[in-house]
Amino acid sequence: MLLTLFAILTDGLVYAAYLFIVAIGLTLIFGVMKILNVTHGSFYAFGAYAAATAVGIYANSDLPAALGFLFMVGLAMAVGMVMGLVLERGILRLVYGRDEVIVVLVTYAVFLILEDVIVLIWGPRSYAAYQPMVAAGNTEIGDLVLSNYDLILVAIAGGLAAITYWALKFTRYGRLLATVIFDRETAAAFGINVTLVYTVTFIIGAVLGAAAGAIMAPKIAITLGIGVEVIVLAFAVVAIGGMGSIEGALIGALIVGICRAAAVHLFPQIELFVIYGVMALVLIVRPYGLFVRAQPRKI
Amino acid sequence: MSRYARSPIALVVYAAAAALSVPAQAQQASPGPVKLGIVSFLTGPAASPFGIPGRNGAEIVIEALNSGKAPAPFNQVGLGGAKIEAKYVDEAGTVANVVTEYRNLVQRDQVDAVVGYVSSGSCLAVAPVAEELKTLTVFYDCGTPRIFEEKPRSYVFRVSPHATMDSIGAARYLLAKKKNLTSFSGINQNYAWGQDSWRDFLGAMKVLAPNATPDKVLFPKLFAGEYGAEISTLLTSKSQALHTSFYDGDLESFVYQEQARGLDKRMTMIMTTGEAAIWRLRDKLPDGTIIGGRGANGPLARNSDISKWFQKIYTDRYNTPPTYPAYQMAQSLLGLKLAYEKAAQGGAKPNAEAIAAAFKGIEFEGPAGRVKMALGDGHQGITETAYGTYRFNKQKKEPEIVDIIRYPAECVNPPPGVEADKWIAEGMKGAKCN
Repeated sequence: MLLTLFAILTDGLVYAAYLFIVAIGLTLIFGVMKILNVTHGSFYAFGAYAAATAVGIYANSDLPAALGFLFMVGLAMAVGMVMGLVLERGILRLVYGRDEVIVVLVTYAVFLILEDVIVLIWGPRSYAAYQPMVAAGNTEIGDLVLSNYDLILVAIAGGLAAITYWALKFTRYGRLLATVIFDRETAAAFGINVTLVYTVTFIIGAVLGAAAGAIMAPKIAITLGIGVEVIVLAFAVVAIGGMGSIEGALIGALIVGICRAAAVHLFPQIELFVIYGVMALVLIVRPYGLFVRAQPRKI
Repeated sequence: MSRYARSPIALVVYAAAAALSVPAQAQQASPGPVKLGIVSFLTGPAASPFGIPGRNGAEIVIEALNSGKAPAPFNQVGLGGAKIEAKYVDEAGTVANVVTEYRNLVQRDQVDAVVGYVSSGSCLAVAPVAEELKTLTVFYDCGTPRIFEEKPRSYVFRVSPHATMDSIGAARYLLAKKKNLTSFSGINQNYAWGQDSWRDFLGAMKVLAPNATPDKVLFPKLFAGEYGAEISTLLTSKSQALHTSFYDGDLESFVYQEQARGLDKRMTMIMTTGEAAIWRLRDKLPDGTIIGGRGANGPLARNSDISKWFQKIYTDRYNTPPTYPAYQMAQSLLGLKLAYEKAAQGGAKPNAEAIAAAFKGIEFEGPAGRVKMALGDGHQGITETAYGTYRFNKQKKEPEIVDIIRYPAECVNPPPGVEADKWIAEGMKGAKCN
């Protein structure tokens, strides 16, 4: 029983880390720009494909595996940066101020187009980038064998949460973001370049999405449609925590991760139900999520 | 007739018209092309493992048929001398979209027949529409037994055997290799394919090894991608074998993740669709894994002339050996060709009713062995199946399936008129395995 509890805890943490890594960019963009960015799934997918390309290049060199991992993530982040810049400047700025539904539909349309762009660039076949996970090895604890790469994943998620918290609370740009999040018009009246803040935020969100794809790439088959699954899960996590809340995304990911792991170990029949069941329960009690208060509508 | 009609000018005009009319009549005498709609996943997660190999199988076989270079008895050009014109359509999208595209093929493009469909959901949705539109339709990959068990069909055929064969073959092979098996688990996708595969496997195990008990029964979400908790659960179980009908990204992700945690060292894995992944996973697929290929396809195929021919033309074109969806497409097209030519004995283009009548109950030798259209009142094919054990040949740097055991069609398929799940539940009576 003790082993099962330990397995639930570790599996829950690993799954929570995965969810937080894929959700953080989505919630950041929503918090600042109030855009429900479906294209986040494309950032994830492009990041994963870029990682596979990087592994292909790196596999022919004799450099250490850790450097290969950094190369994968670095290339994916560069791809995310270019995509974020092009999409924000080329498309999204044209629909700022329009109805939120129209903006969601625009990001959905871009998401569909980018799915076909993946086919044009990488073709329909699947790719693998498992080398960093193999190089990381594993650790045996009783009957349980843990992948060291999973433990690295938890550390990355923790680091990402800490860096984001520090950047938002203790840096000048973080305070600017907080002002824009509080009220865009007031921020503009105080001389903050809101347009620039939007562009930078969207690029950071895109880079985080692509980095998530690269970090997850060693664990998955990189194939068409991987962005779809991720965006649904990320939305669920962000909705539980509260749209736009980084702390909310972290707590939402932990709740979903632990509940899902417990379901798989103890009641596997309800595994599929758990994620959305938890989301429904939270939204019944707190319709805006755990970390966002209901706000009066502006007239 | 006016006087102009007998003038020299008029005679020249008549002569020219007569000369021009000869090729026109000759064109009418030669059969026009046969239009086929080929439907498969060209995009989306199922494209890489199934849709594209299926599409490629269609392309290469149609080219061979049109050039008359296929081996006998498939060596007549096209279908009965008429060249095949193929229109390739993507199966991706909702079921409603699949049905719309089917109607477009029949009503707008006026195809003579449709060959296709990977998803069982697509097949279940298209079958009644095919009956409504009276269009000959051959399903090539979808596995659900329900197509012909729910109601009789007139225009729908499936040359490839249904999925029950895969699960029974898996159980028989596992027990042949592990005679003292006491506990087994399963991880399958949480939708019709995964649920049906596990149900049939579990049913067959109850009949064949009543003392072996199922332990962990896991149904993760389709395309979940992350299986950490499932692998932990299996690591803490005492099972000696793990059944999975995972495919595509799910299978590959699961293999990468379980290898990092050594699950394959604790239990033997049985992958009923593993053959479709061996050329991509290569040395990442654990040695000793039990591999199925939804029939005697790929490395599990017999070394017959037609099998060697198909492997060669496919490998030469696509630089990779054909996997089972390619075989299933090839078998479907060759079955349709034989039925079409049997119906077109008089030389005229046969209609759908004539082809369907000719298709019912035919038998032929294809790249994956002998097909008998024995079930579903002659609309559903059965073949032998084969399972084997995987190993990566480090000298040749190639995947291999060794220790192959073949099971006759009547050993792993229900008899005509009996529903698959009932047949298993009642002890697979009448199975002919010798």
